[in-house]
Amino acid sequence: MHDLSFLAAGGILVSLILYALLGGADFGGGVWGLLGSGPRAGAQRLLIAHAIGPIWETNHIWVVIAVVILFTAFPPAFALISTALFVPVTLMLAGIVLRGAAFAFHSYHLHDEGGGMRRWGSVFACASLLTPVLLGVVIGAVSSGSLRAQSTAPLGASAAWLSPFPFSVGLLTLAVFSYLAGLVFLAATAALGAHVSLLLRSYPVARICAAAQAIVVLAGWGGAQYPFLVRPDLTIPAAASSHASLRLILIALAAGGVLLFPAIFLLFWVFKKEAVFGRSRKT
Amino acid sequence: MHLLAGIGVALGGLLSGVLVVSANAWMNSPAGFLLRDGIATAVDPLAAMANPAWATEAVHMSLAAYAASGFAVAGIHAYKLLRDRENLFHRHALAIALTVGGTAAVLLPVSGDFNARFVAKDQPVKLAAMEGQFRTERGAPLRIGGIPDAAKGTTRFAIEIPRGLSLLAFHDPDAEVKGLEAFPREEWPNPLLVHAAFQVMVACGSAMAAVALFAALLAWKSSENLVRPPFLLAVLCCSPLGIVAVEAGWTVTELGRQPWVIRGVMRTAEAVTPVGGLALPFAFFSALYLALGISAAWLLRREVSKSPSFPAPADGTPVPETEE
Ligand code: HEM
Repeated sequence: MHDLSFLAAGGILVSLILYALLGGADFGGGVWGLLGSGPRAGAQRLLIAHAIGPIWETNHIWVVIAVVILFTAFPPAFALISTALFVPVTLMLAGIVLRGAAFAFHSYHLHDEGGGMRRWGSVFACASLLTPVLLGVVIGAVSSGSLRAQSTAPLGASAAWLSPFPFSVGLLTLAVFSYLAGLVFLAATAALGAHVSLLLRSYPVARICAAAQAIVVLAGWGGAQYPFLVRPDLTIPAAASSHASLRLILIALAAGGVLLFPAIFLLFWVFKKEAVFGRSRKT
Repeated sequence: MHLLAGIGVALGGLLSGVLVVSANAWMNSPAGFLLRDGIATAVDPLAAMANPAWATEAVHMSLAAYAASGFAVAGIHAYKLLRDRENLFHRHALAIALTVGGTAAVLLPVSGDFNARFVAKDQPVKLAAMEGQFRTERGAPLRIGGIPDAAKGTTRFAIEIPRGLSLLAFHDPDAEVKGLEAFPREEWPNPLLVHAAFQVMVACGSAMAAVALFAALLAWKSSENLVRPPFLLAVLCCSPLGIVAVEAGWTVTELGRQPWVIRGVMRTAEAVTPVGGLALPFAFFSALYLALGISAAWLLRREVSKSPSFPAPADGTPVPETEE
């Protein structure tokens, strides 16, 4: 039983890592969009939109999977986090909703001159700035040891997240996301430009290093949390749901993985090939 | 490849709808666990998923989704055809949307009958509220319209079809139907809202099924009939009904279960988060979705007005994909 619960917790960690790697880049994209200025700002935003366009919608899968595992495999932890951290979690949710909507609306305006594009672009950028910070705040608060599980029902919203540590984790998350994004877009610029062969050679290395860095940070966090889900009251086995449920969740995850990973691979393969040939995306 | 991806999306949408409804069906008919001292034990997730209400609800909701999206899309093309009758793109699109939406709309009353008979057996309080049935009686009438008055314990101003309810709910004109009075007052859902929502759903469903059957009749004679203005106007009027009926249907099943969130296991009041000041996030998310909804509607309008406006070649006509 314990083994199963650790496997499920590992599933949460893996999906968070994938979220940081794949989703992080498009969060960072919004931030870069905010920083872009001057006469070339429009072109820069267009580039960003094209670079993340085809894949950004899939990126939410990872956070959804993490939340669903937490909800089904570790109900007490889910209850504690979603009530004690009600404020940052709700704001993060709003950020995710706004980002998705703003990006979709923004891309309808891509070839307009008017204000529609700029307005949605700024909403997208601001939401991209806020959401990773809040994600980091939640992770920080969960690790800080200041969320206490009551023996009965959780008591309500806590202000424990309003302290320097969670916010420093939040800023770190933002920095990591932006860093990842920057490297992805460098590669995209190179691919879209003429000097493909020369530049492309070095970017994969840089990207792999950045990705490895993000993985190490998150895996390290997972190791430090072990064996807790929420420090210091909820350990992974103590918060786990029944054996039958855990087994079913893991079977579902494995089956889902068999479907999902080839599909994601295909997606990247298709769009990466396009970027290398420098063809613009068909709509 | 494109078609394959479309099929994948359609299947995925259907499957996720069916699974989401499983959760709702479980709240109506909890299964797959034993309750010991208020704690669920012997949890069997597969039995919970395959709860008794799942099949009827999932079929009903899936059909409802096709009917609602089919009619919504058909309405848009009908609107376009009213202005430009010869447009082949809109003619084809209207035919496809009516075929999908119309088939579902004709099947919905049949499926709804299964739902109602299941609810009559499984959740008699909900049925009583849906039908505005206060007294327990044999040969209960079917009420069309009317205003249930919980204080007086009667439903006024309804058109009553003698023995109709007993016949529909139990397939026996003399069957006994339990009224609300058979249950403690604090177990009642709000009969006014549940009855009204049920009437709205059935009214919309009847109108849509009628239009669908009429369309089939017209098309059988000549497909030219489908672009006659009176018919197009009827389709246009029915366009929002599916979405209205879906909302009404969810109102029936959710309000009809109150005061329980998980029937017989957990009350809604016990389930709510201990976090205070919920009015604020409620207002915030309502405003957010309202704003996003308006923007989406505006963009959709723009996309629709950009659609092909001249007779497109009969073969290779681009067909808009509809999704739930
Ligand atoms: C015309 C005859 C119809 C009948 C007799 C009927 C009957 C019912 C009943 C008895 C329920 C409650 C199920 C429960 O609580 O377990 C229900 C729910 C519902 N109905 Fe209908 N219905 C009809 C038409 C429609 C139409 C036209 C739509 C939408 C296009 C619709 C959408 C829904 C939805 C979304 C629900 C809630 C989810 C579910 O239980 O599947 N219904 N209906």
